[in-house]
Amino acid sequence: MEVAVFWVLAVLAIVSGAMVFRFDSMARATFSLLTSLLCVGGLVVLLGLDYLGIVIVLMMTIEMAIMAVFMVMYMMNPAGLMPMTMMHNKKGAAVVCGLLFALLAAGILLAPWPGRRGRPPKDPTMDLGMSLMGPQMLTMMTLGMALFATIVATVLLATRRGRYDRLGDDLRARRPDDPVRGGVGR
Amino acid sequence: MAERTPLWAIFVLPTLLIVVAVVVAGLDAVLAAGARNGRSASLRETAVRASRPGREALRHLVQQPRRTRASDVPLTRIGTALLPVAATLAAVVLPLGFRSVSDLPEGIVWFNAMEALAWAAVWLAGWGPNSALSLIGGYRFLAQGLAYELPHMLAITTAALGAESLRVGEVVDAQAGLWFALWMPAAFGIYLLSAMAMAFWGPFDQPAGADLAGGAAAELSGVDRVLFLGGRWLLLVVAASFSVPLFLGGGHGPVLPGWAWTVLKTVVVLVFLIWIRRRIPTLRMDRYLELTWVVLTPLAILQALVVAVVVLNR
Repeated sequence: MEVAVFWVLAVLAIVSGAMVFRFDSMARATFSLLTSLLCVGGLVVLLGLDYLGIVIVLMMTIEMAIMAVFMVMYMMNPAGLMPMTMMHNKKGAAVVCGLLFALLAAGILLAPWPGRRGRPPKDPTMDLGMSLMGPQMLTMMTLGMALFATIVATVLLATRRGRYDRLGDDLRARRPDDPVRGGVGR
Repeated sequence: MAERTPLWAIFVLPTLLIVVAVVVAGLDAVLAAGARNGRSASLRETAVRASRPGREALRHLVQQPRRTRASDVPLTRIGTALLPVAATLAAVVLPLGFRSVSDLPEGIVWFNAMEALAWAAVWLAGWGPNSALSLIGGYRFLAQGLAYELPHMLAITTAALGAESLRVGEVVDAQAGLWFALWMPAAFGIYLLSAMAMAFWGPFDQPAGADLAGGAAAELSGVDRVLFLGGRWLLLVVAASFSVPLFLGGGHGPVLPGWAWTVLKTVVVLVFLIWIRRRIPTLRMDRYLELTWVVLTPLAILQALVVAVVVLNR
């Protein structure tokens, strides 16, 4: 059963991954890539890492959906609606991909894989988290908040209109002067 | 702790969901007709009004389907079919009483992942027909979805944090004494709001709103339309039912058996959501988006912080 699921997911992942380069529509290419990534999520679940697998499904779905919007929005042709191709620099890309594939395949075949010792842990997610983070969880959480604050600060710095535009030179205006009305308190 | 579930539950689950969705849609239709034509005179008339969604669905099934020019048929099909499938898959972790079809150790993340799939489905259904209105509907949902998703995720995470587990069964167990809705009111409120928004329902129905001639569903006809709009009802039912194990104590309650409590609480939440749609007009999204980013997201983070401190001190 597990072997069958593995092969179905693996084949589907590779085929839909390849179809990304065959489709001439932005939307189809995006969702073909999503299919491929969802299959990879399924394969990770199959490895017994349920949490990681489901998180892959969650993150990739949101990510690809947003990417579809941005890709279609920023394509050179009107809204990405014209037929297009994902292939650029065909020869160079083929050489790079071929070499990379050979390297990875050689790595798989030549690496001295260790034999399994003991049994898989009862809660692989917990063990994975411990071996990745160990006692540094608090550091990571703090770092996460710092990153989030950085994103917010960057957006604030990048916006053209600042608080002086909104609330006047002495920041005393009772109502902010915004181009778009509505929202909190207006 | 959740008990083992027999195999036939897999087949009962979608049937049960569809029955609940049809009943809820019927209730909504009765209220809508009541608002339009006054209260119904007889029981018979009420029954006729309640059966309207069912008759509509049958009408669409026998109607000649229409197809737009240069539409992307496979993508439309995938999008419309994915919506009910995602809703049903999300419901797999929903416990009825203390039993769910599968009490995954990461049930809460699973639920959220399936909701995200529904997101993608709406965009696909909007994009597929090659029509401006449906395209805008799909885009709107995705752009607004980001603002819904963040507080939504934080609210769900808060419940998981309170139970110190991602397993839905353990979240229910942790509420044996005190419902999470009582000591995480902000998270509960945000969950209810964003549950409506995820099913683009009530004041958040702009992606499928009248100003876009039905938005993402504008060009759908026949089976596609039934699947898409039915899937939306399923999504609403599933999102509303999930608030019961997350915040309302699941099957915990005196006298009655667990499943009865679950059903009772789910009915209350659903009736509330149906009622609120009749009370509040469709929100202008620029207003609501500012509210989510400026108020709800920080509020959800604060709520999570409070819960984390309580849990750490326990």
